[in-house]
Amino acid sequence: MDLLNAFVALLNFVIVPATAYGSQLALGALGVTLIYGILRFSNFAHGDTMAFGAMVTILFTWLFQAIGISIQPLPTALVALPFGIAVTAAMMLLTDRWIYRFYREQKAKPIILVMASLGVMFVLNGVVRVIIGPGEQRFNDGERFIIRARDFKEMTGLSEGLAFKTSQGITIVVTILAVAVLFWFLNRTRTGKSMRAYSDNEDLALLSGIDPEKVVRVTWILAAILATTAGVLYGLDKAFKPFTYFQLLLPIFASAIVGGLGNPLGAIAGGYIIAFSEVTLTYAWKKVATYVLPDSMAPDGLVQLLSTDYKYAVSFTILVIVLIFKPYGIFRGKAV
Amino acid sequence: MSEKFLIGDRMSGGYGQGPNILHGCTLAVDKGEIAVIVGPNGAGKSTAMKAVFGMLNVREGAVRLGGEDITALTPQNRVGKGMAFVPQTNNIFTSMTVEENLEMGAFLRDDDISETMEQVYDLFPILRDKRRQAAGELSGGQRQQVAVGRALMTQPTVLMLDEPTAGVSPIVMDELFDRIIEVARTGISILMVEQNARQALGIADTGYVLVQGRNAHTGTGKALLEDPEVRRTFLGGT
Repeated sequence: MDLLNAFVALLNFVIVPATAYGSQLALGALGVTLIYGILRFSNFAHGDTMAFGAMVTILFTWLFQAIGISIQPLPTALVALPFGIAVTAAMMLLTDRWIYRFYREQKAKPIILVMASLGVMFVLNGVVRVIIGPGEQRFNDGERFIIRARDFKEMTGLSEGLAFKTSQGITIVVTILAVAVLFWFLNRTRTGKSMRAYSDNEDLALLSGIDPEKVVRVTWILAAILATTAGVLYGLDKAFKPFTYFQLLLPIFASAIVGGLGNPLGAIAGGYIIAFSEVTLTYAWKKVATYVLPDSMAPDGLVQLLSTDYKYAVSFTILVIVLIFKPYGIFRGKAV
Repeated sequence: MSEKFLIGDRMSGGYGQGPNILHGCTLAVDKGEIAVIVGPNGAGKSTAMKAVFGMLNVREGAVRLGGEDITALTPQNRVGKGMAFVPQTNNIFTSMTVEENLEMGAFLRDDDISETMEQVYDLFPILRDKRRQAAGELSGGQRQQVAVGRALMTQPTVLMLDEPTAGVSPIVMDELFDRIIEVARTGISILMVEQNARQALGIADTGYVLVQGRNAHTGTGKALLEDPEVRRTFLGGT
């Protein structure tokens, strides 16, 4: 029995990666939930908006690298992020003007807006592949680790190493900052409150003189900030590949729905629930089990409940269970 | 006789492209007065009030506020002109606190709203105690107070209430009516639709009995209560 080593192994392979992944999902789900709460439709283009934002940020990163701008040991992408956000926000406002506004004026049913967003998704999908290509791009140029596995072993004398990647650290810090600013904005500022009012009761918001078009514009800008940030953090942590971002749509929607669609707090909780479920179910527990259990009971197999190929099945299963037993989500959002 | 402050003059109209629901219906209320619209179910009471507020197409007739023709204005623009409307249902932001509800009511104002908020809290002291609570957690009567308070935050000259006492107990109803009288005393015109005809006419300066989108009887609240025709056909009993 070696609980300390078991704990370090757990931290290294489950808790740290799942926290980083959960933060990325939470940021993505926050964007989805905001759009659902205010524009009242599920934005299927959100995954590809993340890809678009990450792509623009990567292009700016390359530009900055070429002209020698760097903030070592942090990745250059953090400098490029605001530019990526600005371009993505402009793109989303244009999309709204060209596509969604028309349906809003017709007072179209939500499902029609969902289908429109599906179209936007395909277009963005193509645009991103045409500009940057379908392949994988690595753009993380900063210091790779905050704590290296080998250094940790030497420092503590444990046989298990703990690696803490810079991208994971940045993900967690940026998520905390972004969420804090978002909640301050929604709860303390006039514009933020008017957005909540509009989400709560559209007709009464109109009677109070709240300008719906302004609320819609601010929502798209916030969604662009959240999507680009989530996309860049995911790209830094893993790698940028357009198809992966399209696939992220499922865990992101699962997070938003599990937490309660339209509820920002729920989106965050949902993000971590999905991430931890995915990682714990696809992790091979052999190592941890070997430390915890007596030698005679040490497992022969990997003790992996699901192959990592099935990780999306985890989101999907949680989604189905939640929709059957708690359709409003954990934090009571709107009905799906 | 000079024209009243707010007048919906011989209005005819209906929702969207639909048929006329109102047929030459006239409603008017002066500053500091309470006008009550009563009538049987489906008489077009709420519709008449929504017509005054611009929520349906007035095809004939006009709406004038302080002598100005506002027939073509949208409801939002009428809010800017000093009209406030409390819908019958969904009239509060349930997920927001009482104080935020009041703040949203004053969204169009750029000046300091704390004084108006104090006045609302003086009018409805219970709201002061619950100002940090989500409005959706309050009781029916308290919700109505939030709804009226929200509308008062624009410092309106006209307050329009669509069945403010729907679904509240008789005691709460009396209390709400007392508050409405207080509001009227500050010089605000009140136009309201009520199911509880007897009590409502009891506080009304002017009463309008509508039947099928037409003015059936008009008079002071007292006169209508004593009118044998109104009593027999509409108030029930003798």
